[in-house]
Amino acid sequence: MSIRRILIANRGEIAVRIIRTCRILGIEAVLAASEADRDSLPARLADRTICIGPAQPSASYLKVATIVQAALGVGADAIHPGYGFLSERPELATLCEQQGVIFIGPTAAQIEAVGDKLRARAEAEAAAVPVVPGGAADSIEAALALAGEIGTPLLVKAVGGGGGRGMQRVDSLAQLPAMLEMAASEAGAAFGDARVYLERYITRGRHVEVQILGDGAGNVIHLGERDCSVQRRYQKLIEETPAPDLPAALRDGLHAAAARLARRLSYRGAGTVEFLVDRQREKFYFLEVNARIQVEHPVTEAVTGVDLIAEQIAIAEGSGLQLKQADIRPSGWALECRVNAEDPTREFSPSPGLLGEVDWPRGPGIRVDTHIAAGMRISPYYDSLMAKIIIHAADRPGAIRGMRQAIANTRIGGVATNLAFHAAVLADAEFQAGGVDTGYVARLLERDHG
Amino acid sequence: MTLTSKDVAEITRLLEESTFTELHLEIDGLKISLRRGAPSSSGPSTTAASEVRPATPAAAPAAPDPNGHEVSAPLLGTFYRAPKPGAAPFVEVGSHVNADTIVGIIEVMKLMNAVRAGARGTVTQILGRDGALVEYGETLLRIARTS
Repeated sequence: MSIRRILIANRGEIAVRIIRTCRILGIEAVLAASEADRDSLPARLADRTICIGPAQPSASYLKVATIVQAALGVGADAIHPGYGFLSERPELATLCEQQGVIFIGPTAAQIEAVGDKLRARAEAEAAAVPVVPGGAADSIEAALALAGEIGTPLLVKAVGGGGGRGMQRVDSLAQLPAMLEMAASEAGAAFGDARVYLERYITRGRHVEVQILGDGAGNVIHLGERDCSVQRRYQKLIEETPAPDLPAALRDGLHAAAARLARRLSYRGAGTVEFLVDRQREKFYFLEVNARIQVEHPVTEAVTGVDLIAEQIAIAEGSGLQLKQADIRPSGWALECRVNAEDPTREFSPSPGLLGEVDWPRGPGIRVDTHIAAGMRISPYYDSLMAKIIIHAADRPGAIRGMRQAIANTRIGGVATNLAFHAAVLADAEFQAGGVDTGYVARLLERDHG
Repeated sequence: MTLTSKDVAEITRLLEESTFTELHLEIDGLKISLRRGAPSSSGPSTTAASEVRPATPAAAPAAPDPNGHEVSAPLLGTFYRAPKPGAAPFVEVGSHVNADTIVGIIEVMKLMNAVRAGARGTVTQILGRDGALVEYGETLLRIARTS
């Protein structure tokens, strides 16, 4: 069935991004907004905005029944969940399925399968995708035996976690019993699932992920990879595609592995398969599947020319894949910087407040995805992402040059931002050489401030 | 059993002699709702236009009336003025309410949430339409407080 009206169950820049594609496709966009977001940029751009609850996400953006009721009430054919909030909660997909509302995303069963990180590991293994040595830790004894096999350092991870949340590093076996108990109680509180598992800690790993699209009937294509190794405490700050300094065999291996796993799941919609790449051993390992659109999707759009939101909508309405693998011919290099309202001089703590002047860089190859404008308030209730600056250039040096210029031409007054941090990374020789690992930002900060 | 008009008259007389303002009676599928004080005799500022819904009720600022109290939707959902289809509305313009009087219900995915008056007084205006989607914070009805 063709989708004519979409309820957007999200806020911020991704809501603006979804509205933009709705406009192009001639689809009506209804925004489900909290009280704090009634006058936000997406609320002004949407065809209609309905208030779903107070500012606190738990009373608005995270209420499954309210979101579906809102979709039914406004006569929306479909719900786009964006990222975060309810995007990877099987409860929303399930209720949509029951109520005859199209959920723009994977099936509830697929979300559940990849949301349980141990199940996702098992699926990866079954699809002949290498996983980090590790496994379930059902008891202290079993965990100690397993940890003896895989060696230290290792990570204790929450089965219900993901995206860098719910992880603890263990450097010696003596610490393990205490860390296990702590991790289990934290996981129980944070994810409602106290199960934890162990994985070897790859000390110099790079975070490389593969964008996939599946039609839900076993047809899958990939749209290349993204390197997201520039991260601080597992939160990504700079992403790029293609991944620098990656041998062709390794790159092809990643693409094929991601497609194999998605095919095995008969994956529906847009998704990302995350890997840890060990450059020294020339190996890669499966990390997790993100069953949603990613924050960093624009770099893939920049080099492929594909509108990923439009592809999500086409798949959701049953039109299948519009593209064949041979149609995906990436060109050039794309770089994205996440501009956050946070203060790098104060441990990157969030810096909400009233915005003064806001001015974005303009020019060929520059894309800015944002939801902020001069005089607006950055709410303390939500994440601190203000904008994403995306540069598309012929090659990596050109993209870095373009981004340095773009960052220099960005003005955001009134709140602290991480713009200076981005400028420092872009000017750093190690980043410019390409292929940094996930420990890079911590080392850079230590070097500059330590 | 059936109720005759004589029974209804008797019930009405009992209500009038009692201290209650309202009576709801349900016998074998037959329902009677009686309310003391007709809107025309007690509504201080109501007009027939009170049932007309403004174009944007959520955005329309209320006149700052110190005695005015607005009942706003505590959550998004489908608003119902009566406990079930065909039943008498919980309140009408002119109804006397206490803070805990139920003035409507909001359904969210088959879950019924009672909306209470939140103040003691008289209903002066009903803005929420029966069976319509109401947003969080949307004004459902207005009440003139009595102390």
